[in-house]
Amino acid sequence: MLPEACGVGLKPAFFRMILEARPAVGFFEIHAENYMVPGGPLHHYLERIRADHPLSIHGVGLSIGGDGALDEGHLDRLAMLLDRYQPESFSEHLAWSSHDGVFFNDLLPVPYHAGALRRVCENIDRVQERLGRRMLLENPATYFEFEDSTLAEADFISEVVRRTGCGLLLDVNNAHIACVNHHRDVRAYLRALPLAAVGEIHLAGFAEDVVAAGAPLLIDSHGAPVADEVWALYADALSLVGAKPTLIERDNDIPPLPVLLAEARQAEALMDRHVRQVA
Amino acid sequence: MSVQADFAAALSAPGGACPAGLRTWNGSDPARRFGIHRNNVIVSRVEALADSFPVVQSLVGADFFQAMAREFVLLSPPRSPVLAGYGADFAEFVAAFAPVAALPYLADLARLEWLRVEAWHAADATPLPPAELATLLARAESLPGTSFVLHPALRTLGSIHPVVSLWAAHQTDDPKAALQRIDLACGEAALLVRPALAVDVIPVAPGAAAFIARLQAGLPLGAAIDGEPFDLPAALALLIRHGALAGIRAAEDGR
Repeated sequence: MLPEACGVGLKPAFFRMILEARPAVGFFEIHAENYMVPGGPLHHYLERIRADHPLSIHGVGLSIGGDGALDEGHLDRLAMLLDRYQPESFSEHLAWSSHDGVFFNDLLPVPYHAGALRRVCENIDRVQERLGRRMLLENPATYFEFEDSTLAEADFISEVVRRTGCGLLLDVNNAHIACVNHHRDVRAYLRALPLAAVGEIHLAGFAEDVVAAGAPLLIDSHGAPVADEVWALYADALSLVGAKPTLIERDNDIPPLPVLLAEARQAEALMDRHVRQVA
Repeated sequence: MSVQADFAAALSAPGGACPAGLRTWNGSDPARRFGIHRNNVIVSRVEALADSFPVVQSLVGADFFQAMAREFVLLSPPRSPVLAGYGADFAEFVAAFAPVAALPYLADLARLEWLRVEAWHAADATPLPPAELATLLARAESLPGTSFVLHPALRTLGSIHPVVSLWAAHQTDDPKAALQRIDLACGEAALLVRPALAVDVIPVAPGAAAFIARLQAGLPLGAAIDGEPFDLPAALALLIRHGALAGIRAAEDGR
C-alpha cells in the first residue's frame, strides 16, 4: 500500500537531486513503459530511488479498452518490471491506445455499453491474473461521447469495479475535465463513483481550448499547475474518501522538483485538514 | 469497421474524417474535439523523435524537423507501447527524404544518434576484471582463437561523412564555430560505449571500427584483425579502458 501522503512523478531530470538531497516525498510514480528497457541509467537510478521511497507504477500502454485481447508480450514486460521493483501500487487507464499493431500513444475513449463493459472486465481479469495483484483503474478525461453509450461513465466504472474487484484511481483533474466538457455536475459524478474502491488520487493541470461553440473545452495536458477548481474538487473528494495516496502529475513543461514538492505539500495540508474533519 | 478501426484510420491520415457515432452535449461538431486526439498522437510521436535526434533537429532547425518528422510518423507509426524503440528506421527515412538531399551527411548523423539511444538503454554488463584480462593477454598462443563478449551497449558506425565531428560540434557551446572547422569531405568512424551512466561517442580509425564490429559479431581475435589496417594494441586498449570487454566466449584453437 502506498502511504497516505502525496507523491510526484519521477522524471530523469530529478534523479540526481533525489539521491543527493533525499527530499521528503510520499512516493514516486513512474510510467511503466518508460522503464521497459534492458538496462542503463534509468534502471540504475530507479533501483536506488526505489530503495528509499514507496513506488507506484502507472501503465500508459496496456490498451485495456481495446477491441481485441491484450498484448501478452506487453503484459509479460509489465510482469517483469513489477517483479523487479515490487511497487506498492499498479494502475492503468480506462482507455485504449493500440489498434491492429499500431500504438497511438494517447488515451483513447471507450463507449459505455454492455459489449465494452464485458471486454474491459475480461481484460482487467487477465491483467490481475497475470500480475497476481489487484490493479487500480483510472477514470478518463474525455472530449466527446458515443451515441451508442447506454451507461453513465460512473455507472460503467462502478460495474467494472464490482465485477473485477479492481480498485479506482480517482483522477480528480480528469473528472473535472470530463464534466466541464460534457456539461455535467462533477460533484454528482464524484458521488456516483465507487468511492470505497479508491486506492489513489491523481491531481494535474489542464489546458483550456479557445471556446468551442460557446463552451469551454478542457484538455488533459499535464502541463500546468493544479488549478483552483481541481484543488476544490480534491478537498470535496477527501471529505468523501478520507486521506488517500495522492500524486501530483506533471508530464509537460516540467518545473524544478521543489515546485512540484510545494504542490505536494499543499495536497498534504488539505489531506490533514479533511482527515481531522472525517475523524 | 469497428469504432476503433474508424478511429485508427482517422488518426493515421492527416486529413482523415472524424469517425461517425460521436456526440457533444451542445450539438457542436465533434470533429474539433476529435482533433485533440489527432494532435496528441502526432505531437507525442514527433516529440519522441525530437528527443532521440537532437542534433538532426539542430542541423535542420526546429520547424523543418517538425515538418519532416510529421511525414515520418504517419508513414512509420510506433508498433509498440515502448517508445524507447521508436525511430529505429528514421535514418532510412532521412536518407530517402528529398528535401534534405543537400545535407548528404544527415542520414548517417541520424544513425549515430539512434545508436546512442540504443547504447543508452542496452543491458548492463560487468567488464572483465583486470587480472583475468592480464592472464588472457599473456597467453599469446591462444589469443588469436579467443572470442570476446563485448559490452551490450557497444556500437560502431562507419561513415563517408565526418559524423563524429558534426555530432561533437553540437555538444559545444558554439556549434556554428565548431562546424566551420569541419572538413565535410572527410569520412569518420565512431565507437559508442557506456562505461558508466553516460554514452561516450569516440572517434576511431575506420579500420579499428570495422575490427571492433567483427569482434562484436563473435569472430575470434585472429580472424577479426583481417581487414583494413589499424593499430591493434591501441584498439584493444580503447576497449579495455572503456570497460567494453565483458567476457570471453569459449576459447577455440589458434588458427
